[in-house]
Amino acid sequence: MSEPSRARGPAHSTDGREYTRLDAFRALCLARFRESYREPEVLFWGFVFPIMLSVGLSIAFRNRPAETLPLAVVAGARAEPTAAVLRAAPLLRAEVMEEEAAVRALALGKVALVVAPRADGALEYRLDPSRSESAVARARADDALQRAAGRRDPLVNTVAEVREPGGRYIDFLIPGIVGMNLMSGGMWGVGFNLVDMRIKRLLKRLVAAPMRRPDFLAAHLTMRLVSMVIEVSFMLGFGHLAFGVPVRGGLASVFAVGALGALCFGGLGLLVGSRARRMETVTGLMNVVMMPMFVLSGIFFSADRFPQVLQPLIRLLPLTALNDAMRAVVLEGARLSALSSSLAVLVIWTLLSFTVGLKLFRWS
Amino acid sequence: MREGNAPSVVVRDLHKTYGNVEAVRGLSFEVAPGECFGLLGPNGAGKTTTIEILEGLLAPTGGEVVVLGRRWGRDDQAIRERMGVCLQQTVLSEKLLVDETVELFRSFYRRGRAAEAVIREVELTEKARARVGTLSGGQKQRLAVACALVGDPELIFLDEPTTGLDPQSRRQVWDIVNAFKAGGQTVLLTTHYMDEAERLCDRVAIVDHGRVIAEGSPMHLMTSLGGEHVVEIAVREDGAGPLTASAMEGLPGVRAAHAEAGRVVLTVTEPHVAVPAVLERLRAGGWALSGLSTRHASLEDVFVSLTGRHLRDE
Ligand SMILES: Nc1ncnc2c1ncn2[C@@H]1O[C@H](COP(=O)(O)OP(=O)(O)OP(=O)(O)O)[C@@H](O)[C@H]1O
Ligand SMILES: [Mg+2]
Repeated sequence: MSEPSRARGPAHSTDGREYTRLDAFRALCLARFRESYREPEVLFWGFVFPIMLSVGLSIAFRNRPAETLPLAVVAGARAEPTAAVLRAAPLLRAEVMEEEAAVRALALGKVALVVAPRADGALEYRLDPSRSESAVARARADDALQRAAGRRDPLVNTVAEVREPGGRYIDFLIPGIVGMNLMSGGMWGVGFNLVDMRIKRLLKRLVAAPMRRPDFLAAHLTMRLVSMVIEVSFMLGFGHLAFGVPVRGGLASVFAVGALGALCFGGLGLLVGSRARRMETVTGLMNVVMMPMFVLSGIFFSADRFPQVLQPLIRLLPLTALNDAMRAVVLEGARLSALSSSLAVLVIWTLLSFTVGLKLFRWS
Repeated sequence: MREGNAPSVVVRDLHKTYGNVEAVRGLSFEVAPGECFGLLGPNGAGKTTTIEILEGLLAPTGGEVVVLGRRWGRDDQAIRERMGVCLQQTVLSEKLLVDETVELFRSFYRRGRAAEAVIREVELTEKARARVGTLSGGQKQRLAVACALVGDPELIFLDEPTTGLDPQSRRQVWDIVNAFKAGGQTVLLTTHYMDEAERLCDRVAIVDHGRVIAEGSPMHLMTSLGGEHVVEIAVREDGAGPLTASAMEGLPGVRAAHAEAGRVVLTVTEPHVAVPAVLERLRAGGWALSGLSTRHASLEDVFVSLTGRHLRDE
């Protein structure tokens, strides 16, 4: 092929450099990185918000020392001696009340238990069986009263206190927030962003240049992986420094799980953003995809709490798989080989969403 | 492979339908290397559709398109390496800086021009380190043109490069296009501004309802009206009643006449002959002149004479 000869003025000389496909890929990655980290929203949702969330929730659900429980003793002949025993017992606060007042206090939740000593020395406990503190109060009160009446315990026991990081709520929460971040990072950073570029006709402008289309999408995903390393390090580092949350697994395993999560949600983002030409469409789709996982996938509380019939479904959600795998690696130091079912779920979602997303994708 | 003077763009019997909308219905033209060719037409004429087919962004429903000696679907990458594009509306990434944006586009082309030189050429050097989101409309448009130029293209497509810009920004864009032409490269632009076509284009095709209704150099099209000048006259209402076009026909130097919005518009070869004759006819008919103006014929006049409508109906 002969280069056509072209007459040009001095202003039109080339810069003498020959750019390769790799140069273009690098430039696309750099542009993507700059765009996202110059977006105040990205910094807020990626860094500030997770910190606020973990601090807020760790305060609300901190592991409290055992709570002193209030109970009522029904007024009568044996009320005062009974109340005296209960007041001396640990972690109980007893008050003598008329029967009617005591019943109302129980109904309103002001006391956990009503103790009615009968004239013959028998005791009647009134409680709401659906309240766990009622059961605790009954056990404590019964213990104290039986011992005061002369019960001897046949077994000697001692108590050793164990306070180890790993079992607290914050330990559970931090890996969940990492998973949540990877989900929203992929959905917003890839899905929403692509639709935004499509609406602004920037995608169209890019494909009118000799840009390689696969490289453009690859740059998006590469930058998701880079962001993943930054966000996961930041969140786990914060959890460790602020709350002593342990990271028991190797960093290679942590980032391997993180990378799979980032790719999986990058793929879902691509799928969700593959065709939409309106903001409303893509935000609606994103909510439909993310909402169930926010609730079901065990970010803030264990997914095991949902009924047994839902469990197979919940286990198939990508965020459940990611959270389970991340928790196992971070909190238990699990090896990747022990996580095959979670990782398989993530791989399947990744392959599925890329296959369909790339097939449906439109550039204009 | 291109021979010496093979056309840069060939369009033959192009058709494009969207559902049941026929946007382009049998459009044909050629653009020679080094030429600046304009597609001129009102809203919805099919200009963007045509230019996006040429840019390889839309598939035609029928007809043939050759760009730089190559066809879409076979040599896409080779065509893209050698063309520059400025879409009708593109919002470039707001968070990137001006020079980062131009460098990004530079990186897509194997060979091209230094981003800095292109930024200087579009007079954005002062704004090189500014975020795209902070630029004015005219500056954004010049940046879009810079992105079209940075690959050192042989051919650029500009879809309404100055629509919505203030007069000063329009002139700046014209200067950039003229400098590009001076380098010997080919330009295909669309516009609905007659003055823009007259200033920039060597040849124009006037497009209406998806067809070319006239084609030639601006000068040729204007003289094809039969006159190079236009005389507009208006008369007072209290005179001998409304003035009709037929009253002015056949006067020396007057080639054509038509009435329009209370005035009569004459196409005239020699104003110094026609104007005295017109005044004489008015006096004889009892009309009192209330306004008279003469100007060079414009492409707007061509469009009106071809379609009976104005290009822009505002
Ligand atoms: N994607 C589309 N779907 C349906 N109809 C379309 C589409 N794009 C364009 N059209 C129609 O095709 C016709 C030509 O549109 P086109 O955008 O090519 O006109 P234009 O000459 O560029 O107009 P303008 O000066 O307003 O930019 C119009 O009637 C338009 O409504
Ligand atoms: Mg248009």
